[in-house]
Amino acid sequence: MAATYTLKAKHRRSRLRTLAFLSPWLIGFTVFFAYPMISTVYFSFMHYDGFRPPTWSGTKNWKYVFESYPFFWPALRNTLWLVVIMVTLRVLFGLGIGMLITKIKTGTGVFRTLFYLPYLAPPVAATMAFAFLLNPGTGPVNSMLESIGIPAPGWFNDPNWSKPALTMLALWGVGDLMVIFMAALLDVPREQYEAAELDGATPWQRFRYVTLPNISPIIMFAVVTGVIGAMQYYTQPLVAGKVASGVIQGAGTSFQPGYPEYSTLTLPQLVYNLGFQRFDYGSACVVALVLFALSMAFTALLMRRRGGLIQAGD
Amino acid sequence: MAQVLERPAESKTPAAPSPAERTARRRALLEWIAVHSLGVAAALFFTLPFVFVLLTSLMSDSQALSRDLIPHTWEWSNYRKVFDTPGFLTWWKNTLIYAGLGTVLTVLSSVPVAYALAKFRFRGRNLTLMLVISMMMLPPQVVVIPMYLFWAKQLDLSGTLWPMIIPMAFGDAFSIFLLRQFLMTIPNEYVDAAKVDGCGDLRTLLKVILPMAKPGIAAIALFQFFNAWNDYFGPQIYASENPGAWTLSYGLESFKGAHHTDWNLTMAATVLVLAPVILVFFFAQKAFVEGVTLTGVKG
Repeated sequence: MAATYTLKAKHRRSRLRTLAFLSPWLIGFTVFFAYPMISTVYFSFMHYDGFRPPTWSGTKNWKYVFESYPFFWPALRNTLWLVVIMVTLRVLFGLGIGMLITKIKTGTGVFRTLFYLPYLAPPVAATMAFAFLLNPGTGPVNSMLESIGIPAPGWFNDPNWSKPALTMLALWGVGDLMVIFMAALLDVPREQYEAAELDGATPWQRFRYVTLPNISPIIMFAVVTGVIGAMQYYTQPLVAGKVASGVIQGAGTSFQPGYPEYSTLTLPQLVYNLGFQRFDYGSACVVALVLFALSMAFTALLMRRRGGLIQAGD
Repeated sequence: MAQVLERPAESKTPAAPSPAERTARRRALLEWIAVHSLGVAAALFFTLPFVFVLLTSLMSDSQALSRDLIPHTWEWSNYRKVFDTPGFLTWWKNTLIYAGLGTVLTVLSSVPVAYALAKFRFRGRNLTLMLVISMMMLPPQVVVIPMYLFWAKQLDLSGTLWPMIIPMAFGDAFSIFLLRQFLMTIPNEYVDAAKVDGCGDLRTLLKVILPMAKPGIAAIALFQFFNAWNDYFGPQIYASENPGAWTLSYGLESFKGAHHTDWNLTMAATVLVLAPVILVFFFAQKAFVEGVTLTGVKG
């Protein structure tokens, strides 16, 4: 096969052929990624409100975002909270549910489907459902908690509980992780468990020294993709805040994001707030670049040359 | 409880089991009970939200504001009221256009790219693949400002679905990556055999690879359809000014606004957004399994 590809006569034709096949994406990459990426950098140094032509403003936008824009640091803190707490719990819960499903011997298919379905729920619908379920006044969850004498929290209406409520929503949609963990767990060689058992390993030791090393690439994968997901977390906190605060949506509605008290504010929401509510496109681009730097750092982790999880290879 | 557990064991083996056997058996049964109780508890956690949403969608207006969990009267007319809400059918239509057209365009444009990345050897292939992965990981907010200015100010297309649909004609990074991974599992010998038989690249792709790639294509089509169906950010940026271009995911939230406290109608609308996704899943799950078993091109 190698011989056909290295023939000089065919070389030019094969290059044209490759370009032809790649062309949809090459155009898409240029128009929808390279060009806007360069523009984002350009606008981050410009003052631009979308009406008057852009004017050079140096590092003014950068100073504004980092020093005076009141939402930036709370949003970054919230994003870090989500990265640490939400991602950790989701990975642990996904692993737990994945282990549980491999142990279930009766009605496996039914259980697996039930565990998986919430993952498919559209984010807006799932968030609306949770805003209703956790509604402090009439929500069924608080009704049940109070009926067994547990003081009911304010969930999406209480700044201390809004992020835990979002975390519960994220745990509910853990079906994707369950599936990949299940596949990884079933791939662990049975002989290793048998050998460990012969050596008298306790269940914890078997998990620690057999299961864990075997599935650690998948755990890494779940962590990194989870972190990138947390960077992009947008629809759920926004909709939860809107529904809980009772804001009516529509064209021209201004909604102070992060209800209650900045507690559900994430970085992507700032791009929207600065760009499309305040018409400060320059500062919005600064936040966009911060977001870009963070997500690319984690993407690099995912693609490290050695020990990376996504390899080009063939 | 222990006695109940031992009885069937004793009837099978009249000879009394050894104490070690007995503890092993008891432990196995206790584990079965523990695992399945945990399973039932988890199933409740995953299912009850659906149940409560469904029950509330069938309550009367006044009862939806009370703390009752079960409807006194079953108000099926709530669903008709949702459909009668101005705009709701338009949102359906828009969502189907966005998701349907977007899916077709994504598949058409991503297949040749994924094929080239999986089966062609050329300089810069790894770099291209890394760029695809980087784009896949990129939050849409990073490039949204220039993209919005491009669509709205230069092409005057804001308030329509086109800024969301047109980009899909130029390959979707996630679909390309997923399909490329799938095509990597198809042995190169098929491609070489087609070459020997005198097939050009396009013919090889259409006649040899595509029939084998059906499950992979079904997967990217499904993901793309769900993405469009679930998309909130796109419609918020490009369609928010024109309710005639809203999609279900975007309009659903405004439903809560239009009917402040009508949790019953809001939950009925939520069910109507959820139901198609779940229906498609049950329908497509079978197609997946069938596709995988039919092709069976492993190694």
